[in-house]
Amino acid sequence: MRVTLTVNGRRHQADDVWEGESLLYVLRERLGLPGSKNACEQGECGSCTVRLDDVPVCSCLVAAGQAQDRDVVTVEGLADPGTGLAPVQQAFLDAGAVQCGFCTPGLLVATDDLLRHCPQPTDADIREALSGNLCRCTGYEKILDAVRLAAARSGETAGER
Amino acid sequence: MDFLRPASWQEALAAKAEYPTAVPIAGGTDLMVEINFDHRRPDALLDLNRITELREWETGRQTVRLGASVPYSRIMEHLRAELPGLAQAAHTVASPQIRNRGGVGGNLGTASPAGDAHPALLASGARIEAVSVRGTRMIDVDDFYLGVKRNALAPDELIRAVHLPKATGPQAFAKVGTRNAMVIAVCAFGLALHPDRRTVRTGIGSAAPTPVRARVAEDFLTAALADGGHWDSGRPPAPSVAAEFARLVAGAANPIDDVRGTAAYRRHALGVLARRTLGWTWQAYREQDRSPACA
Ligand SMILES: Cc1cc2nc3c(=O)[nH]c(=O)nc-3n(C[C@H](O)[C@H](O)[C@H](O)COP(=O)(O)OP(=O)(O)OC[C@H]3O[C@@H](n4cnc5c(N)ncnc54)[C@H](O)[C@@H]3O)c2cc1C
Ligand code: FES
Ligand code: FES
Repeated sequence: MRVTLTVNGRRHQADDVWEGESLLYVLRERLGLPGSKNACEQGECGSCTVRLDDVPVCSCLVAAGQAQDRDVVTVEGLADPGTGLAPVQQAFLDAGAVQCGFCTPGLLVATDDLLRHCPQPTDADIREALSGNLCRCTGYEKILDAVRLAAARSGETAGER
Repeated sequence: MDFLRPASWQEALAAKAEYPTAVPIAGGTDLMVEINFDHRRPDALLDLNRITELREWETGRQTVRLGASVPYSRIMEHLRAELPGLAQAAHTVASPQIRNRGGVGGNLGTASPAGDAHPALLASGARIEAVSVRGTRMIDVDDFYLGVKRNALAPDELIRAVHLPKATGPQAFAKVGTRNAMVIAVCAFGLALHPDRRTVRTGIGSAAPTPVRARVAEDFLTAALADGGHWDSGRPPAPSVAAEFARLVAGAANPIDDVRGTAAYRRHALGVLARRTLGWTWQAYREQDRSPACA
């Protein structure tokens, strides 16, 4: 079947999509957007997290056909082509929250969503928001640091305005 | 495989009547796992995502009619006052990403004994609105679970909504697992006080082939609360009453040994959850009671 959807603001069309295929597969294998990772294919790890109509979901559990005519934002959509990495991405780099990097795209999408809704999260807010994202490398402390750093920096820039 | 995308509820019912083997897909958080791992290869998928009314709820005077696909995250955010037991249970499901997609219709469709909505539905006395082109029937939640992952839906039926009485008293849900997020219950327990009728109802999860009520425990506690005049006095039931309630709840389970826990542990833990939830809900009832009775 054919699936047409918007990804990171651009209309995309995928042909010969198998009906049982996931949105994650369509993104990675048919649209050339390999940022979203496939680590478990069962909703456990969150490395495939994308925003679907503005809501973070595991793209491995969305059937391709369910994404028809819908709006998807992947990790590739976070950076601004003009100004470079998004503040959340820069904070992950600066805090040393990236080791192998496999979990990073999902964590970035989840963190970006958290800070949109809750610009100054408590540690409990952060833990709750990232509870669907597994990391096998960092032990999470640096990830928490990165989220705090991103929040603090956006607080500063908000203060300057 | 076919992919059917009905644009309306009527179209969905017609499609399900024409292709009874088509498998509905809502949030996909159960079904896509099975498809990804090739455990299941349906002839056709019937996508329910375009049917907006399934994602809506209506709050009446006495009941909430909860659309089958209202995601858990919305239940947690918006229905905590009306459906406290279900909202608590929803909060323990998986992770934010899963709660943004999964809902009660899918939990009922799968009918796993470990589904977290079930104890809350049993304790509150929910009814399931099952609809086909032939008409609508209301299935009492007590009659819905038929066996391990088997439910009372006919092949041409879809769940339109779940009708839950608005809470008239405190409710609690508690679940045992190895951590707070992303955990299938080792066992779970729901308790609802119904002060309007001076009864209590319960629900047990993950400790029998289907979700079940602990009816003997309910009858015991209902009688003990009446005999002791507790509804009027607000006095907590004696520790011996709580202990007997816990023992009867544990006895109502029919658990197995599996990777998540042994049958003996499950029974023990259920007794603990029963005693705790009784403590929490009664405390809340007393606090409610002390506040001015009428405004
Ligand atoms: C990582 C992970 C963790 C999880 N953790 C938990 C947990 O902690 N607690 C828990 O309870 N569950 C958990 N689940 C299971 C799942 O999220 C829930 O069962 C959820 O409620 C399913 O809802 P859904 O809309 O995604 O169902 P779907 O996968 O879309 O459907 C599930 C079944 O219900 C049927 N169905 C769906 N809607 C209807 C309808 N309207 N009418 C008739 N049939 C219908 C489908 O055909 C299918 O058989 C977890 C799943 C994952 C992947
Ligand atoms: S790949 Fe989707 S949650 Fe792990
Ligand atoms: S950095 Fe390797 S999994 Fe997180």
